[in-house]
Formats: sequence, structure tokens, C-alpha cells
Amino acid sequence: MATQSSRSAARLMMAPAVILLLGWMLVPLLMTLWFSFRAYLPLRGGDQGFVGFDNYVRFVTSSAFWPSIVTTLAIVVGALAICIIFGVLLAILLDQQMWGQGVVRILIIAPFFVMPTVSALVWKNIFMDPVNGLFAHLWRFFGADPIIWLSDIPVASIILIVSWQWLPFATLILLTAIQSLDTEQLEAAEMDGAPVLKRFWFIVLPHLGRAITIVILIQTIFLLSIFAEIFVTTGGAFGTRTLTYLIFQRVLESQNVGLGSAGGVYAIILANIVAIFLMRIVGKNLDA
Amino acid sequence: MGSIRLEGVHKAFGNVNVIPNVDLDIKDGEFVVFVGPSGCGKSTLLRLIAGLEDLTKGRILIDEQNVTNAPPAKRGLSMVFQSYALYPHMTVYNNIAFPLKMAEMDKATIDQKVRAAADVLNLNDYLDRRPGQLSGGQRQRVAIGRAIVREPSAFLFDEPLSNLDAALRVNMRLEITELHQKLGATMIYVTHDQVEAMTMADKIVVLQAGNVEQFGSPLELYNKPANRFVAGFIGSPKMNFVAGAPAAEHGVHEIGVRPEHFDLSTTDGKWKGTVGVAEHLGSDTFLHIKTDVAGLLTVRADGEFGVKHGDTVYVTPNPDKIYKFNEAGLAV
Amino acid sequence: MACAVTNQRKAVNTLIAWAVGLLIFFPILWTILTSFKTEAQAISDPPVFLFFDWTLENYAVVQERSDYLRYLINSVIIAGGSTILGTLIAIPAAWSMAFVPSKRTKDILLWMLSTKMLPAVGVLYPIYLLFIQLGLLDSRFGMVIVLMLINLPIIVWMLYTYFREIPGEILEAARMDGANLRNEILYVLTPMAVPGIASTILLNFILAWNEAFWTLNLTAAQAAPLTAFIASYSSPEGLFYAKLSAASTMAIAPILILGWFSQKQLVRGLTFGAVK
Repeated sequence: MATQSSRSAARLMMAPAVILLLGWMLVPLLMTLWFSFRAYLPLRGGDQGFVGFDNYVRFVTSSAFWPSIVTTLAIVVGALAICIIFGVLLAILLDQQMWGQGVVRILIIAPFFVMPTVSALVWKNIFMDPVNGLFAHLWRFFGADPIIWLSDIPVASIILIVSWQWLPFATLILLTAIQSLDTEQLEAAEMDGAPVLKRFWFIVLPHLGRAITIVILIQTIFLLSIFAEIFVTTGGAFGTRTLTYLIFQRVLESQNVGLGSAGGVYAIILANIVAIFLMRIVGKNLDA
Repeated sequence: MGSIRLEGVHKAFGNVNVIPNVDLDIKDGEFVVFVGPSGCGKSTLLRLIAGLEDLTKGRILIDEQNVTNAPPAKRGLSMVFQSYALYPHMTVYNNIAFPLKMAEMDKATIDQKVRAAADVLNLNDYLDRRPGQLSGGQRQRVAIGRAIVREPSAFLFDEPLSNLDAALRVNMRLEITELHQKLGATMIYVTHDQVEAMTMADKIVVLQAGNVEQFGSPLELYNKPANRFVAGFIGSPKMNFVAGAPAAEHGVHEIGVRPEHFDLSTTDGKWKGTVGVAEHLGSDTFLHIKTDVAGLLTVRADGEFGVKHGDTVYVTPNPDKIYKFNEAGLAV
Repeated sequence: MACAVTNQRKAVNTLIAWAVGLLIFFPILWTILTSFKTEAQAISDPPVFLFFDWTLENYAVVQERSDYLRYLINSVIIAGGSTILGTLIAIPAAWSMAFVPSKRTKDILLWMLSTKMLPAVGVLYPIYLLFIQLGLLDSRFGMVIVLMLINLPIIVWMLYTYFREIPGEILEAARMDGANLRNEILYVLTPMAVPGIASTILLNFILAWNEAFWTLNLTAAQAAPLTAFIASYSSPEGLFYAKLSAASTMAIAPILILGWFSQKQLVRGLTFGAVK
């Protein structure tokens, strides 16, 4: 519903954003693809030519690959489970009548605004340090031996840190969804004699289905690429090397660009699988 | 000056021909109403004139100037939208002044013109308010004010009264008609309400499926509808259509009689029937009468006509006021 | 119904909610408190909560030792620059998509979103290489560009959802009133969308401020923002809790304050309009 001139104006005004993003996507992507088929070691001989799928095979067969996948999955699934379960509970809690709701909301949201390097550092030192950390004090207070968090249960520790950062996001989305629930529906169910738990199970939870899906998809994309938390806490040691971190090490630490690029292509494919599902949901929403 | 001529105007959205082919000649100073059921293309036609949509084919001339490809701003037209489309972040004063600012007039002239328009529309007390603080009628006036300050060659109204309540609508109807008399400018007014069309227009364009069914004065349309569609659309309540034997008597496919063109009697008449519902409006009574020969008829009686549900009545169509239609629905 | 909730019930809710809220907020609170302690008090066993000798010394030391201000300025320039630049590019694009939609608009929007899903590490080396070639490594300008590109899809999306709430008739009215495209966007659309534009800027400023992949990998001494400043404390010699806390507090304080303003827009921005 517009005129020819406004349509051409629209194309013109969309052009900068589209061209920039197209360049941002295509140029590095093509370079990564190119490098992934070459033996490229900038500090050890440079570009040594085309090697076919060698890098792809080597990346997958290296001893570090499968552990990194397991670690990645453990962190993503663990953090998601915590975020969803506690997110739903917190959202329901925040939806209740109370005094000072606004302040509580702010308290719960605050971790989201803490930069990843800060939260990693604070958790690593002030809380999880086996000698001076607050948890160590707490454990000793109860007469227990302090846990050496980041080397004894490193993956769980990282899940804890990441969940703390992402729980606010899940809570906020789920709270928004809960607040859009028609209270008359709940009242009708109450009139029908449904007890609290059944009302939660049959009305609230299905209503949250879409929001939960969105939380899962968006957080998966962010969780797949967490970096600073590992960089700062363990530097990839003690079995906390995720796929992202493994690629980072191949590329910048051991300067094996070819191998790292092949890993990068795997990571891109993995992220795209998640992205397709997210796009569907968002796309459907666009039509509505 | 503001004559508007459409020549072979055609508009398609994709494969859908919204306006197949329209020719129209609107003279300077005329109040023309586009009327038709929703989806008949009347708003599209207005937007084509405004320049908010492109023509697929054809030409539009304003004062004999071809403006087919001119942007809206260059056509010298003003438009009042259905939603009023006031700028919510500007005061009433700035809303009215906006077109003048866009025309880069100097401050003093703008001020003088805005105040003059506000005078005409009784908006003087509200100039510092924002649209959000006004009532529906006041918003409507601001929208009109914004339209008149530019002194356009023609005004376009897109169902401007449809968001107002019934009482206010009657008031605004009068105000717009008065405004037209005062300014003497060409106005094109789109509505789906045939009462608005009949009461306000110098000329009415009846549209259906993008085609002009008839173009003429309200009384022409009422007295000499070109076809069955116009006959049914103009007049309230709707004209009664009777096919079959009664139509055959007149040698046509179908005849039409307006509710007000019947003689009613409780004793004798042409068609016998029983009263279904009687709507007593005070001045008039509308009777829904089930007849044996002519089917269900709506008949106007005067307010005092005392019949009720189930009574037997006789109706006789006024022979001078019988409209005859052929099989294609055209008047004969 | 609201009035059916008894005060007793409300009190219980309040108690639980505050307890949970404080528990979640505790790491931040503790960091802030620790930043005012002496190093000895910071690691004392049992820990001291409120009753210690409050001191500002840590802040002074951090500023002196690591030049906090320089990193802060870098953060402001990088986050602010990328957000403003992104918004300037996104406003016309979002106008087009919201008011002159075509069959491809949806595809373009989704495609923009998909660039956001590209895992950064997958393109780390190419970008690194390009930055070296173009002399952008460790430059503020380079970081502004990268963060602008990262956040551009979100900015376009957010603006698009806000613009879509503005009735098209008002823009058409402006066109009828003689406004050209520039005036239409400048005097009608933008002022009407101020709340939406403000929250878009706010949220993206926060995202850019906290970005910690590109800022860690592409900056060094010159352009390093606060994320890198903090990361430098992870080396063992930096392990002084009170000073670490002071540095952390300084890094997060500006954004915590901004964040509180933007919390309402957070959901919409980060779910690309899928949840409102």
C-alpha cells in the first residue's frame, strides 16, 4: 500500500543496513570456509595449500573434540534446565501480590547487567576460591571441607555462574508471559474446582509453552558461544573446554587457522540448526 | 480552484483489480460523496486522488494539470483521515501549523492563519493542548483545521465521522456542510453511510466493486436510479424488490418499490399481507409485512397508524413510483 | 481477584520474594560491600558483613594502578559510538520495513536476525586478519564498527516493532501536509517514536558495554574497554579481593543504573518482538 516513489525510497533507506550486514556475514564466512580447506599455520610456515577435508576430519577426530562437545552440551543443558525451572518458579512468585514488587524485580534482574568478565571473576575469587572464598568460609562454618570448585567440579561451577547470569532473562520473559495470562481463565478453572497444582499444570504451564520455547532457543544461541566466563575462570582447563573455546584455542593460541576454521564451520552449522527453529517461531509471530 | 478529472483510472494490487476503470469529472466547488459498501474501492479511489497510491493506468488531472505522477505534497490537496491522524506529540496549534511550516511560511503568517482557522472551528481555547487531551469531536475539528489552513484546491475526507457517536455525527455533518458553503472549495467525501451521502452531497458517486454505478445528485439517484444496486443502496429503509408475477404485470424482470411509496389500508388494496414486526419511531412506523404475492415488504406508515403483530393489512404500490429492472438489473 | 488476597498471604509472598531476590542479588551486594573493606577484612574468617571500617582506598588504588578512567572512556566511546551509529543506520531501514512492507520484508528481517546467530568464534580469524590488514586491531574505531554490526540486527528489530505501533495514517497525513521524506521522518516519526528509540539505544548500549568476545580478542592497550580491564585482574598478581571488588563495582555500576531504566524493554528487545 504505497506508491512507487515511496517503495524506491524504502529500498534506498534499507540499503545501508542490508549491505553492511551482508558484508559482515559473507566476507568472514567465505574466508572461514576458504581457510578450513587449507593447511594454514601463520607462525609455522603460513599457508601450505589446499588439503581438502583434512581439517574437518582432524578436528572431529582430535582427542579434544568429543570432550568439548560433551562439555558444551552439559553447560547448555544444565544452565537451561536451571534457568527454566527456577525461571518459572520466580515468575510465578513475582506475579503474586506483595509489597515492594518493583524492588524485588530489580534485585532479580540485576545479574543480567553484570558484564561477563566481572561475574566470572567475582564468582571465581570472592565466592569459589577454596581458601578465602565465601563458600569456603561457609563450608568450614559447618565443619565441612571446602570444595575446590573450579578444579573439582569445574563444569558445575561454570553452569552455576552462567545460570546466575541468565536466570534474570528467563524470569523476565516468563513473567511477561504469565502476566498476559487471562485471569478469567484461572478463575473459571477455580470455579470448576481445579486445585492450585492442577491449575498450574493444565493452564499456566501450557500458556507458558511458547515463552519457554523462546527462552530455550535464544539462550541456547547465547550459551553455545559463552566465552568470557571460561576465559576468565579456568582458561579451558579441567575439562571446561567448550566447542567455542576449543576453536578459539586452535585459532589464536596454537595459531592453526585451518583447523580452527573447520571447527568454526561446525559451530556455525550447529548454531544454524538452533537458529532455524527460532526463526520459525519469530517468523510466525511476524504474520500475526 | 479545484476541478478534478479522472480519466481511465485503473488500479490493481497484484492480480486484484480494485478499480477496473473509472472516469469522473468533478467540478470546482462541488461536494462529491463516494459511497458504497465496504470494500467497494471508494477509499482506494480517494487515496489515488490524494497521491498516496499509484495508478496502474490512467490519468488524474487537478485544474487541468496532470498530477498522475506528482507526490501527495505537490497536489495542493488536504485530507482528513478516518483516525484523524493528528500528530500526538504536537499541540493543537502545532498540528494546525504543520502544513504551513512544511510550506516554509514565515512565523507571523503561520500564526495569523492558525488563529483564523481556530476561530472558524471554535478551537481557540484548546490551542495549547495535545490531541490526547481532546474529545473525539474536538480532534475531528483539529483535523479539519489542519486541512483548511493550507487553503487547498480540494479537501478529501476519508470516512471522517465513523469514529464519532451518533449525536455528534449529526452535528459534525452539519458543520462540514456549513464549512463547504463558507469555503466554497471542492470536497470529496468517502462514506459507507448513504444517509451521510444524501444529506451532504451535491453529487454522489455510487461505487461497487470499483465501478461507478451512478454519478448524480442525491435526488437523481433517489428518483432515477440507474440500476438495481443503486436503487437498493440509496434510500432508507431499503427499496423492496419483487420478482415474479407482480413484475410480469409490468412486463419486466423485477420491480422495486420504496417503503414510502405504498398506500396502506386495513380494508382493501392490491396485495394482502400480515404484519410481522412494527417498528414505531414516533414520526414514522415501519411495518414488515408478509404478503402472499409479493413476499416480505418493508412499508412506511405514519406514526399514528395503529397496527400490531398479526394484523391483516393491504398494501398498494403507488403506480407512479414503481421502478422497473431488466434481467441485467438495469433500470428500464 | 486482587482484593481476595489477604494481607497475611501478601506478607508471606513478600517475605519469600524478598529472600529470593536478595539471594540472587547477593553476589553483587557482596562485591560492592567488599570494595569498601580493607584487604584484610575482605578475606577475614568469619566474613564481616556490614560492620567494618569503610574505606575508599581501594578505589583510589585501582584508579592509580590501572587507569580506570581510560578504560571507562573506551567503554563509553565503543558502546556509545556503536549504538548511535547503529541507530542512525537502523532508523531508515526500520521505517522502510514498517511502513512500506513488501513481500521480502519478512525475509530480510529474519535474515538480519540470522546474522546475529553466527557464532563469533566461527569468524574470529577472518575478522582478526581483516583488522590487522586494515590497521583496525586495538582501535576504538574498529571496535565501534564491530559492535555496531553485531547489534545492528537487534536495533533494526526493536525499532521495527516500535514503528509498527505507529499508525501509518499519521505519516500519510504528514505527506499530505507537504512533508517530504526527510521531514516526515525528522518531525513526525522520530518524535513519536522517542520512547521506543530511547529504549532501543539504552538496551543496545548495555549489550555493547558488556560484550566480551570481540573486546577481549581484538583490543590490547589502546582500545581496551572495561571488560578487558576486569579480565586483566584474573592474573594471580591481581588477586586482592577488595581491589578486585572495587574494580568490578566501577565496571558494572554505570550499567546497573542504566539497566534498571531499561528492564521493561529488555524482554521485547531480546526476543525480537516475539514476547511483549
